[in-house]
Amino acid sequence: MLTVTSLEVWRGESCLLRDLSFELLPGQTALITGPNGSGKTSLLRVLAGLALPFAGRTQWCGTKVHRLAPETRSEIAYLGHRDGLKNELTAEGNLQFTRDFWNGRDEIDRILDELRLKPFRRREVRRLSAGQRRRLALGCLRLKPARLWLLDEPLTNLDDKGVGVMQTWLQHHTGAGGLAAVSTHQPGRLTGSLAIEL
Amino acid sequence: MADIFICILKRDLRLAFRRWSELATPLIFFVIIASLFPLAASPDEAQLRSTGAAVLWMSALLSSLLALDGLFRADAEDGSMEQLILGPAPLGLVVLAKIVAHWSVSGVPLLVLAPVLALSFYLPLTALPGLVAALALATPTLSVLAAIGAALTVSLRAGGTIIGLLILPLTGPVLIFGTRATELAALGEPLAGPLYLLAALAVLSVSLGPVITAAAVRTALE
Repeated sequence: MLTVTSLEVWRGESCLLRDLSFELLPGQTALITGPNGSGKTSLLRVLAGLALPFAGRTQWCGTKVHRLAPETRSEIAYLGHRDGLKNELTAEGNLQFTRDFWNGRDEIDRILDELRLKPFRRREVRRLSAGQRRRLALGCLRLKPARLWLLDEPLTNLDDKGVGVMQTWLQHHTGAGGLAAVSTHQPGRLTGSLAIEL
Repeated sequence: MADIFICILKRDLRLAFRRWSELATPLIFFVIIASLFPLAASPDEAQLRSTGAAVLWMSALLSSLLALDGLFRADAEDGSMEQLILGPAPLGLVVLAKIVAHWSVSGVPLLVLAPVLALSFYLPLTALPGLVAALALATPTLSVLAAIGAALTVSLRAGGTIIGLLILPLTGPVLIFGTRATELAALGEPLAGPLYLLAALAVLSVSLGPVITAAAVRTALE
């Protein structure tokens, strides 16, 4: 479970958020909303352990996130604006690398099928559309054996069917005891048990 | 652990071959510098033989710097470096795999090209094994040094030139022992001394370098 205690986050000279505390339990989804520049991305990066908070603590099952041992760290999956896909590899190649590196689920075929990316599996990522790219990035997320998903505006560029797939996956993930913190500008399209407004 | 090392190694090699023009540039650069030098100096056999070792080593040094700028930049820009940082393996191991992959596409071709170029400097054939051995021991150190530079400058836009300023002064020992080994080999004298020192530098840099590089990458992307 994720515990955030009196968190204070700065970006450069400006204080983005102050005294934020919440607790996310298995099966819960936190929806992070707020206008542009309010610190949604910064917050998610702190939660992932990519950036250090100015003050306060972020703990995953009792350990500070930036102190997690590599094996425990892989329980947290982060998907930001930059999707981490390699342009030079095929769609399938990216999924295979994610599976091998994270020692993830062997479900590449099923995921390609659900994302309707099967016809493009051998296509280089640079030749995919923005929406297809985003789907593939979500597919990589799905392969990881993570318990906590940290998603930075996952619905960007997705069409209705893509949003549908994401909703189903999120429900499935939390239904199986997973946790998720999702930043979004379309809170109506996702359901969360915890709302964090910045 | 070994699985993850091989996984990153395979990925980086595959990516390197997809971008083969980036791969070839430093090597062509190496060949051009080394072959332009005799045009600037006199083509006199005795003089070329005496400067050959120095020229080969300087060109190898410069071309290995040129090669390393892209080591972390592409991954940092498309977000895959963040994914590697958050992955289930120690970042030092990931970085080591990336350095090894880069060394095998930039350092190893150098080992093949250098003896050919050495012949154009009238270095005796008997000196070639010594030259290759010295380069084989020196290029890992150069790769690690340049990786530290690349990691420190990954978030800067004009990182490429700054790497040179950061790293070139640190390559002094490699250059000294490398040219010394080559000169001794050309004279037909025993060259174990400088080779041992190069090996010691390689062990030092390969064991400590990845940890330092990992810390630099983490800080740069924070």
